[in-house]
Parts: sequence; C-alpha cells; structure tokens
Amino acid sequence: MVGIISFGIYIPQYRMNRKTIFTAMGWLNPVGVPGEKAIANSDEDSLTMAVAAGMKCLGPFDQNKVDGLYFATTTSPYKERESASIIAAALDLRSSIRTSDFTNSLKAGTGALLSSCESVQSKGARNALICASDCRLGKPGSAQEYAFGDGAAAFLIGSEEVVASLEGFFSVSYDFPDHWRSEFDKFDRTSEERWIRDEGYNQFIPEAILGLFKKYGLESKAVSKLIYPCIHPREHSQLGKRLGFKPEQIQEPLYPKIGECGTATSLMMLAAALEEAKPGDHLLAVSYGNGSEALWFTVTEEIKTKSIETGIKEYFKSGRELTSYEKYLAFRGILPVETGLRGEVGPTQLVQAWRERKAILALYGSKCNRCGTPQYPPQRICVNPNCSAIDEMEPYRFSNKKGKLFSFTEDHLAFSLSAPQMYGLIDFEGGGRFNFDITDCESGSLKVGMPMKMTFRRKYVDEARGIYGYFWKIMPVRE
Amino acid sequence: MSKGIKDKVAIIGMGCTKFGELWDKSAEDLMVDAFKEAIKDAGIEAKDIQAAWQGNHYTEVNIGHSALPSSTTLKLPFIPVTHVENFCASGSEAFRGACYAVASGACDIALAIGVEKLKDLGYAGLPDARHVMTLGTLYRIIWPNHTGPGAFAMMATRYFDRYRLDPREGKRILAHISVKSHHNGSLNPKAHLRREITVEDVLKAPIVAWPLGLLDSCGVSDGAAAAIIVRAELAKNFRPDPIYVKALQIAADSGESLMYSQYDYTHVEPTYRAAIKAYEEASIKNPREEISMMEVHDCFSITELITYEDLLISPRGKAREDVESGFFELGGKIPCQPSGGLKCFGHPIGATGIRMLYEIYKQLQGKAEARQVEDPKIGLTHNIGGFPTRAVASVTLVGLQ
Repeated sequence: MVGIISFGIYIPQYRMNRKTIFTAMGWLNPVGVPGEKAIANSDEDSLTMAVAAGMKCLGPFDQNKVDGLYFATTTSPYKERESASIIAAALDLRSSIRTSDFTNSLKAGTGALLSSCESVQSKGARNALICASDCRLGKPGSAQEYAFGDGAAAFLIGSEEVVASLEGFFSVSYDFPDHWRSEFDKFDRTSEERWIRDEGYNQFIPEAILGLFKKYGLESKAVSKLIYPCIHPREHSQLGKRLGFKPEQIQEPLYPKIGECGTATSLMMLAAALEEAKPGDHLLAVSYGNGSEALWFTVTEEIKTKSIETGIKEYFKSGRELTSYEKYLAFRGILPVETGLRGEVGPTQLVQAWRERKAILALYGSKCNRCGTPQYPPQRICVNPNCSAIDEMEPYRFSNKKGKLFSFTEDHLAFSLSAPQMYGLIDFEGGGRFNFDITDCESGSLKVGMPMKMTFRRKYVDEARGIYGYFWKIMPVRE
Repeated sequence: MSKGIKDKVAIIGMGCTKFGELWDKSAEDLMVDAFKEAIKDAGIEAKDIQAAWQGNHYTEVNIGHSALPSSTTLKLPFIPVTHVENFCASGSEAFRGACYAVASGACDIALAIGVEKLKDLGYAGLPDARHVMTLGTLYRIIWPNHTGPGAFAMMATRYFDRYRLDPREGKRILAHISVKSHHNGSLNPKAHLRREITVEDVLKAPIVAWPLGLLDSCGVSDGAAAAIIVRAELAKNFRPDPIYVKALQIAADSGESLMYSQYDYTHVEPTYRAAIKAYEEASIKNPREEISMMEVHDCFSITELITYEDLLISPRGKAREDVESGFFELGGKIPCQPSGGLKCFGHPIGATGIRMLYEIYKQLQGKAEARQVEDPKIGLTHNIGGFPTRAVASVTLVGLQ
C-alpha cells in the first residue's frame, strides 16, 4: 500500500479583507467578492512557506529517512536554481536523495504528489516528501488580485503507516491558454473569464473525474469528499452539483477565507479533508491547470493516530488583518518604497555560504562533547570558559528547538518592510543562545521569557546580483 | 611578572577638533587640525615624532586602508605608522599602541591620532554593521537586521526586567543621564550638541529602538583627536604639567557574551574585566573613593548606567541611586562626562577614545574653564567598541604625578 503517511498545511498569518482591495482598486475593477485572502509576510515566499509546511508534515519523523523531495510551485524565487534542494537543505534532509521542482502549471501540485507515489510504488524510494506552495501576484485591479491567496501544503508519501492510500488517478492534459506568463511578464496574462469557465474549468475537471470513475468503476455517491479548486465561489458549487455530488460531499474551497493558492490549492484542501476523515473514506483530489488531474485516496485506520498541530479550521479562524493595501503592495515589490541606505544590500559570498550551508540553511551549531554546551554558530573551541575543549564538537541542530526570548528590541532605525524591525536573543531549550530577527509578531507584544520557535525566512533580496538570502528567524509560539 | 604601564609614559601634548556635522571639512583637514594643536601644545615638530598609530573604523568607506592616510596627510618623516581598528575603541587602541612603543623603549616620542568622518557616509546614525560588513561576511547572513541603538536597547530591556523596573520608570532614570551630559556639553565650546534639555524632553523624544529614544542616543559626528606620548622621565623636558598614564587595559570578548547563555546582558563583561585589571595596574583599591572624574562610553544612556556598575563605582543594580543623587554631575563626587560625553561632545568612532583623554588631560591641567572639576587627581576613560554581546572595552587611568 502506497499513500500519504503524514500531511501539513501552512498559511501565512496576514489576512486581507477583499473590501480593502475594493477600496483601493474598486474604481478600476469593482469586483464584489466577499471574504479574505491570506498574504505572505514580507519575508515569506513560496520557498519559505514550503519549508514551514514541510516541517509541520515531518513532525517527529526522522528526516534522515526521507529519500526524496519534490516541490511544486508556479512562483519559484529563481528561474534557474532548484528550490527543492534549498528546501531539502532547510529541512536537513540527506544529500543522497532525489529532488525536483514541478512547475509552470497549476496542476504541478498533483503532478508532484502522483510522481512521489509512483517513486515509492516502483521502489525507487522508501518515501518522499512533497511540498506545494504558491505566492502568486495578482496585478493591481485584476480579478486575480482578489482571488489569489498564499499558502502551502506538504505530504510525506510512503508505504508504511499510510493514512490514505492512493487507489488510482486520471489525468488530462491540454495546452489551454487561460492564463500564462512569459519571461517578459511579472504578472499573469489572462483570457476572457467566460471562455475559461465554459471551455476550461467546466470541461477539464469533469473530464478527469468522469475518466477516473470510468477507469475504476467508481461512482459519485462513494466519494466522501470531492476536492477541486475554485475560480469563483458560485461556479465552484455548481460544478460539483452538475456532477451529482451533494453539497456535504464537496470540500470547502479556500477561496472565501484564504484565497486560491495555485499549485497548493488542491493539496491544502486534501490535507484539510484528511483532518476530518474517517477510516474507509474515499477522497478525490482534483487539480485544474493545463487540463486536470484526479487522484483517488482511501483513508485507513492509521488516520486515528494522527494529531493535527494547526489545522485548516484554526487557520480559518486565526490570522492578523493587514489593513494597508499599500503595505501589501510593498511586501510583494509592486510598490517601490524608500528604503534609504539601510535598505541597500551588500554582496553575498556564495563560496562561504556554500561552505557554511549547514549552519545557514539547517541552522546547525555545535555541541561540546566534553561539557555538553550547545553553541551557534558552530565553534571548534568550546565557548564555555571552564571547558575550552578543542575539536571535541559534534554537529547540533537548532532549527527544530524551541526556546525563550531572552531580550528584544523594536528598532525604528533599521530598514524593514515590516517596520519596526524586531530582533532579540533566544535561549534554546537544551542550551545555546543566539540573536535573530523576530517575525510574525505584533509591535508591543514581546515579553522577556515568552516562548519562541524558529522559522525559515527570506532575509534579504539582492536584486542587483539576483540573490535571495534565506536564513532563520524567531517567532512567538502561538498557543 | 609584568609590571604594567604605570608611570612609564606621559602625555605632553594633545589636540582635538570641534566635533559635529562638519560638512566643509575632510578627514584630512580634521587630522591636520588635531595634529597641529597637539604638536603646538607639546612644543614639538613633526620631525620629532618617531612612531605613530592611526585609529579609524569605517576605513574602506572613509579614509582608506594602511598608515598612508595619516602619514601622507601629516607629512610624517618616513617613520613606522600603524593603522589600528577596534570598532568604537579604535582611538583607545591607537593610544595604547603609541604608549606601548614608548614604554618598550623602542622610541621616545610617539603620536596617536584618531579620526572619523561619519557624516560623509550618508547615514543618520552609524551605517549598518551588517551592510558594510564590519562583522564579517558570515555575520552579514546570520546576524539580525541590527543597528547600534537596537543592540544596546536589548540591554535596557534586560536591565529593566532584571531589576523589576517598569519601563517608564527605567526610562526616567536613563533620562537623567542624558540631561546631565547635555548640561555639561552646553558648557563646552568644542561639543557637537550644546543645548540644555529636560527629563521631559528625553521622555517625549521619538523612539529609535525601544526602549531607547533619540535623546538616549549619542551624537553622530565628525572629528579627530591626537596625543603626543613620551617616556615619563622625559616628560618634564617638554612641559611642567604632563599627564602620566597609570593604567591601560583593553579586553576583547571571548565569545561568551554572545554564545554562552550565562551572560546576563545587564552589563558589558569586557568593561568589567578591563576595569579590574586597570585598577590593579594603577594600584587603585577603592575606585569610588580614588577616581576624581570619568569620561565613559555613553553611546546610549543605558550604556552609561551599566558602566557605572561595571567600573565598580556603583553596586550592581544600584546605579540609579547614584544617578538620582547627582553623584555623577559636575558638582558631584565623581563627575562623569564633564565634556558632555559621546552624548553631546559627539562620537566620531576612531577619534572618541583619544577625545576622552583630551577632556581628562585638560581637566587635570585645570584648563576646562566653565566645566572644570574641582582639584582632580586621577581621571578614567572608558571606551567600548562593538555591541554588548560582542565588544572590546578599554579602561585607561591617567593622573598628575
């Protein structure tokens, strides 16, 4: 049996009420869509959200046993430089694994999921982690701006302790130009909405579902949850209805509260369905983009053993409202803002960054074998003045440790798109201390001693040299 | 067993420019101004100088590397000149080099000069250490988006937490420190900031890095300062009132303050370590009784507060009592920052350590005019470079013989 061992959703903290967009851009395009969309923080992108979802999905699973990492997105930070290998490094996976980016289509998420299942089925890998994440830019005033949200999902695929087994799939592929983005484009170009609805969305999704039904002799009434993306809330419910599904069989779309998260949409909804699933449930996860892909999973008894850290319901309820449309534009680099000299970025020494990759990407320090003191960055001579052992260190990972805030400040002088810039020192559980930027945190909310955890973020963007600087930050543990 | 520097060398001449936003002066102008005053004060000429040390911090983006910026500007006569850098303690480092050279007997007359032209750099405040890479290229990646005020603000956060001070109360105590320095600075014609302020002004000032506000922060200035050092036994050949070096200590952090979680972040360990050694070197048993005045590194008000404790003048956690009693004011038991300090005299990084000595030198010679401390015998200068978690600190004691 091959299928899902574990799953995790990540949705960034910020929510924007669509009325805020309407207030800013309604004069141009008065789209009256209610609800909210999730917005990645200024230091997040599809890659960092994938790491967050991946960490949640892996949980206590031994990361050394992961044999592959597949990343699906249409919003890779780099056009050429594999995101999957950066994610794998941040998750501290072994280097003797397969990594691959699945991209350029919204169905890349199900594509990566299916490929990872096939890797395990063919015994090419014992298991594989797939992360799907998107942070798509909607052009100001466009329907996409209202629709798109930011989010990620991750699944660990394997053949033991499977919570949902892959029973079958059906794929259809078309070069359907409903939207596209060439190397010259910052934003998606789109075709007419009614044509997309009639000739794309309402054709390909049914074709994939009915194709799967025919292939396996399945019927709609056997399906516990049907999962598929949403181009508009009304169209979404009607599509399922036309195929004979009852409203309670249709998984709640992300569009109203989170927004459509690109390649991650169907996978986030699949994870959400699994949070509620019972043994024996049949889940149908369908993607849409250049055709469609339908994946059929059956939930096993193992689902009862799963505890959910932060589920979709908490994400629906939580969130911090971003009330400034201009700030959102600045986060995404759409609105150029005055950064002053402090916003300028110096060069990155890539040779050094490569040599120190364990310390930078996986946050490895060292632990003294003589006195047991953990220390960051890694040292050869122990920092404990009563020890001073030389070359008696072992690597020690901090990224999975929680800690307490030792001190902090809110700095109004430093340049930050999330001003004021907050940073502080963390005392790690089990020892060790270092200073980090603090993120996802409201001004005035920090207290000495509060619990903190690590989060992988985009620390800087060096536009002049085309470099994204990734590193770890600390954030409050949301209890 | 080493015997230390005590009474081996003396200062026979000093110069210091006015500090401030000196838009029309170059770093070279400032060096010449300080040098000219110093050699005149010592009664010597450039050709008499046998070795020199030049302190400067923002070297790459300011005067340039090597000894040549000072040797060529000052037309030093083909002598050994050493460029030194130790963050904001670069001036003290230059002074130490010159003193050690003279004390070793390698030369009789040495020059220490510090200069910084901060206002050419285009920043309000100091450039980001991470940005100009003064912490090295790895720290450029792993260090937070940090500024000087923020690094010291975290010390105030800790201090308030440790001693159970409500931040409003804590800020009020710190405000007294700035008010005192502004008063002294108003009396000093060479000071950058010469306006008297009130506690309310400090509390109302915009926050720079919580809990520190604009008036908790020192001036960002241009300036240069220079000292001429000779062997102690030669000093009286030059002037009747030379100032003798009693102790000269610099301590650089071992890494404990950043990476070893024993550090409390309510003090600066290198200051404490340098102070202990300096008092021993100068045979000072009770600093609170024996020191006449101090110029300490008040880059921020909190730094001055914890320095009172690190220098063993005030007991741990009790500096506020001395602040509130006026112990450190001009008429107090140990006047601190009679010049106005970094707060008001200004803080051109590489010049500051020598500038502090300039004030103490003038005070000991009774030439400090309106801000003259009554009958001083021993003066202390204290200079920090870096951040509380990653600092070098110097403590220097000088006196009239």
